Amino acid sequence: MVGVFFGIVMYKSEAASWFRIYEMFQFGAFHMYGIIGSALVLGILGIQVIKRKNLKAFGNQEMRLNPKEKGISRYLIGGIIFGLGWALAGACPGPMYVLIGAGYYSILVVIGGALLGTFAYGLLKDKLPH
Amino acid sequence: MYAPWPWYVAGPLIALTMFILLFLGKKFGMSSNLETMCAIGGAGKVAAYFRFDWKKDRWNLIVVVGAVMGGFLASQYMSNNTVEINPQVARQLSEDYGIDSAGEAYLPPELFAAEQLGDPFVLAVLILGGFLVGFGARYAGGCTSGHAISGLSNLQLPSLIAVIGFFIGGLVMVHLLYPLLFG
Repeated sequence: MVGVFFGIVMYKSEAASWFRIYEMFQFGAFHMYGIIGSALVLGILGIQVIKRKNLKAFGNQEMRLNPKEKGISRYLIGGIIFGLGWALAGACPGPMYVLIGAGYYSILVVIGGALLGTFAYGLLKDKLPH
Repeated sequence: MYAPWPWYVAGPLIALTMFILLFLGKKFGMSSNLETMCAIGGAGKVAAYFRFDWKKDRWNLIVVVGAVMGGFLASQYMSNNTVEINPQVARQLSEDYGIDSAGEAYLPPELFAAEQLGDPFVLAVLILGGFLVGFGARYAGGCTSGHAISGLSNLQLPSLIAVIGFFIGGLVMVHLLYPLLFG
């Protein structure tokens, strides 16, 4: 159900559109920045509330807010590689799935590429700077 | 009904998605499922990285199935499947790269129409784009949802570095490499 909701939001906001991603990197519209920015502002506020009130997830589980490992190179290099692909394919992982549902079957080729990329990282992980 | 949702509707709904997942004891990230799929496909046989108990990550595949269904519902019943972008950007796409479909399609048929898969250049662009996304997301430990939304919401420095990387990569691709690839 969360996935269905997320899928509808991605499609209806046009965040799953190649055109919107291209436009964002051309600084042609505020749209994508507004989406990410407003999600972020509410996200920061909400997570502060969760932390201050020490809210728990359902079933009294801990919230999964584990800090990420420290480091610079993996985030910077990995991030740049991801950004190159994001702008080339015009889609990041979430929207890729949404686009299958919308009937753009060529995106399966992109997802196949992403699986290959994930697999290649798994093979090379120990040889890469982190 | 068919009009796209403005950013101030979509952004808060994305934040809501993240909070629902957090309250369910999960985290918001749309690229770890690729790792789960590799593990299910038997990648653990050749790389230790994929030797983990993927059964506990099954929920993220359920989210994927949901996202596919969401895409189906939205495209069939809630959208006329066209995207209007800044006319200047649309003109530039048309003049420089021969991509004329802004305002008429959701994705450019020049790259995503099924018959274009027969064009080796287009096929290479799609595979390479996907490969970089998959490789980069795992290297950086997350994608747009995991870093730009979840990680930054939690004020994590690594996520800020990753997001800066996303934009460096995206800007280099669109401004320096597009003219070489598509020009």
